[in-house]
Amino acid sequence: MFDIVMRISLLILAVSTLMYFYRLVKGPTVPDRVVALDAIGINLIGMTAVISVVLKTNSFLEVILLLGILAFIGTVAFSKFLEKGEIIENDRNQ
Amino acid sequence: MSFLHLAILLPFMAAILIPLFYKQLKHIHTGWFVLVVPVILFVYFFQKIGPVSKGLNDYSTANWIPSLGIQFTVYADGLSLLFALLISGIGALVVLYSIYYLSKEKEELHKFYVYLLLFMGAMLGVVLSDNLVVLYTFWELTSLSSFLLIGYWHTREKSRYGAVKSMLITVFGGLSMLGGIILLYLITGTFSVREMVIQAAVIMEHPLFLAALILFLLGAFTKSAQFPFYIWLPDAMEAPTPVSAYLHSATMVKAGIYLTARFTPVFGLAPEWFWLVGGIGILTLAWGSFNAIKQTDLKAILAFSTVSQLGLIMSLLGAGAAALHFESLDDNLFTVAAVAAIFHLINHATFKGSLFMAAGIIDHETGTRDIRRLGGLMNFMPITFTIALIGAFSMAGIPPFNGFLSKEMFFTGMVNLLEFDLFNADTWGILFPVLAWVGSVFTFIYSMIIVFKPFTGKLQAEKLEKKPHEAPLGMLISPVILASLVILFGIFPNILAASIIEPAAASIYPFLLEDGEKFHVHISHWHGFSPELYMTIGVIVLGAILYATQSKWKRLFKLFPEKLTLNRLYDQSLHGLESGSEKIQKFYMTGFLRNYLGIIFIFTAALTGWALFAQSAFSFKAESNAPIGTYEVVLAVLMTAGVVTILFAKSRLTSIIALGSVGYGVALFFVLFRAPDLALTQLVIETITTALFLLCFYYLPELQKREKLAFKVNNLLISLGVGTVVTLIALSANSQRVSKTISEYFIENSYKEAGGKNMVNVILVDFRGFDTLFEITVLGIAALGIFAMVKLRMSRKEQS
Repeated sequence: MFDIVMRISLLILAVSTLMYFYRLVKGPTVPDRVVALDAIGINLIGMTAVISVVLKTNSFLEVILLLGILAFIGTVAFSKFLEKGEIIENDRNQ
Repeated sequence: MSFLHLAILLPFMAAILIPLFYKQLKHIHTGWFVLVVPVILFVYFFQKIGPVSKGLNDYSTANWIPSLGIQFTVYADGLSLLFALLISGIGALVVLYSIYYLSKEKEELHKFYVYLLLFMGAMLGVVLSDNLVVLYTFWELTSLSSFLLIGYWHTREKSRYGAVKSMLITVFGGLSMLGGIILLYLITGTFSVREMVIQAAVIMEHPLFLAALILFLLGAFTKSAQFPFYIWLPDAMEAPTPVSAYLHSATMVKAGIYLTARFTPVFGLAPEWFWLVGGIGILTLAWGSFNAIKQTDLKAILAFSTVSQLGLIMSLLGAGAAALHFESLDDNLFTVAAVAAIFHLINHATFKGSLFMAAGIIDHETGTRDIRRLGGLMNFMPITFTIALIGAFSMAGIPPFNGFLSKEMFFTGMVNLLEFDLFNADTWGILFPVLAWVGSVFTFIYSMIIVFKPFTGKLQAEKLEKKPHEAPLGMLISPVILASLVILFGIFPNILAASIIEPAAASIYPFLLEDGEKFHVHISHWHGFSPELYMTIGVIVLGAILYATQSKWKRLFKLFPEKLTLNRLYDQSLHGLESGSEKIQKFYMTGFLRNYLGIIFIFTAALTGWALFAQSAFSFKAESNAPIGTYEVVLAVLMTAGVVTILFAKSRLTSIIALGSVGYGVALFFVLFRAPDLALTQLVIETITTALFLLCFYYLPELQKREKLAFKVNNLLISLGVGTVVTLIALSANSQRVSKTISEYFIENSYKEAGGKNMVNVILVDFRGFDTLFEITVLGIAALGIFAMVKLRMSRKEQS
């Protein structure tokens, strides 16, 4: 029973990721894609957590934390890029 | 080491010292110091005549590379001694002549004499070496020093052309000869010529025999300017005249003759040897003499006449090989051919040397060598005229000069071939005397041109650069000595017979002699009324008639199309090779990375695919595979979607994001397959890489196609091929595991041996720490490289 629930939730996560993928591919604007990517990252966190439960291991908890940080940093970086055209501001560039 | 070794090395040692003399003693002509070397050598070799003619051959060995069977072995028998005497004797005369020919003030004498001494030592090494590798070493040294000497006046374009041409052709032959030497070594297991002669029967029956023979003859024919390789010799006439006299008439071009004579006992029994050596020789004789007539430059005439006379000697050696088919000397008709070859070799060296020197004197005193501008020099240069007359009449074969005797013996040898009943010689053999006779008629004509065109007739003073006058005495000494030898050998030929010709013939026919038996050679002026005599009379009569009427038939030469000459063929093929290789290079060196990648991928896919197919290595066994779960399928679909997005993305940004999603997918696969460390690293690295891509994306220039990448069928096919082949290999490899993995060891020992529970990290830093060390190094280098690229470019910009 538990296993089936886990599988169903994983399936739902996968379907939602696929739909985010559709958004990622289709666009139409770049911010749409960035948001989709961010959501995919969060979905990945969920999937990793579910898989850890299925595999009965706690080795992947670091992965979950890291994904959270990276998804945040990545989205911020993208946003800054879209806003200013560059990620790390440098005096030399101005 | 023996004195013989020292004799070979003496010119090399002198060559080291000569520039010193040149720098320190400016007021004395350097040639005087050089002259000592060949004189010492000549005296040394001269006193060897006695022992060698008694059959006491000098033999000695010095270690060079004994582990490879390469020893500096010297061997002086009759044949070697004859050549050594020619080299040192004519060498001395040429050095003497060059002292007066080359100006102390205008020429770089040290270079000239260093090259000349190098050549002399190399040539002595060729004729005295018994070890074939050593012989080959000296052989290439003669090519090299000859190249340097031909290009001595290196500011002239024609000198350089001639030098390169002779280098290419003789080195081609030299390399072929090296191939022949290696084949002979494979057959006999030795590099020694003497041991090869003993094993002649073994060599004859070996399957590699024919290849060795042809490669050897290529070496001999290119060096001795035989048909069709004679073309370098006329162009080598751009060298200073002493060089032409020494190298291109008396010594270097006879290295091929020496080699042919030396290997007659090894290869001589083969029909190929008889036909190739004899046939090419006689063809060269006729062709060279025919071409000599149309030349207008004195040295060019002499060059073609050298070609023709070398052909004569070569054909005699070929005919002489017929003698090997007889058991003994009794009634052996064909030994006369080899004897004639040796005799003519000596004669040719004497008269051709004197003729070249005479031509050099004419050039030196009038400023031209063109026979159309020369005439009536007899009254101004009586001594030179006498020298040229003696030399040319000897070359034409007129009694009482030595050329007459060897020409008679030549005809005897050729006529005797009619009685040789092996290798179809009884039918085709008639060509030999006929071509020999025709060639001799042409020889007579050009010999007359050499004497009479410059010296008789009217003086055309207005066409000459200088006022003609007799040469200085010093310049005349050498040709006078050579011309005296022509007469001496002509009147008393038998002083050569017992001392030099007999031992030389004995080395060509080592098996024909019984123990203690000696060759007996007697050269007589009068053989009675034999066919040879009528042939000689015919040559003189027809030659004289043709010479007198040459203005009428010389137009024939103009009919000969210039396009069909071998020189043209050489130039065209050289040009063709150059442009052809350029075309090939341009075809595949396009400068486009995509083409190179295409080639690399095609070959990877085709070769590995072919290897899979040829070894029938396909094998798909699914029983050992793990079951495929839902998660894997879903994740694979996700990643495929990402990859397809990359391929069909319309903008770069889409590709980069899709690439990032593929990387995250990989990280999720790592999670699925229980690799937490990999997953962590993959996530971080993927994020950084994506950020870096975005960085690059920002700096791309505005001008770039935003639209879809152009679709190319070729690229599709290549990528499909590579993908298919790699997949096939992966599947086949997975189903054919031959041994267990070694991971059991790590599982058991990572805590026991290394004290760590994280096995991946234990492997990385304990079991296989070396890899980690160098991967750290790679990262360090990459970081430094990026820093350097960014920084250094900036500083260069500031400078400019």
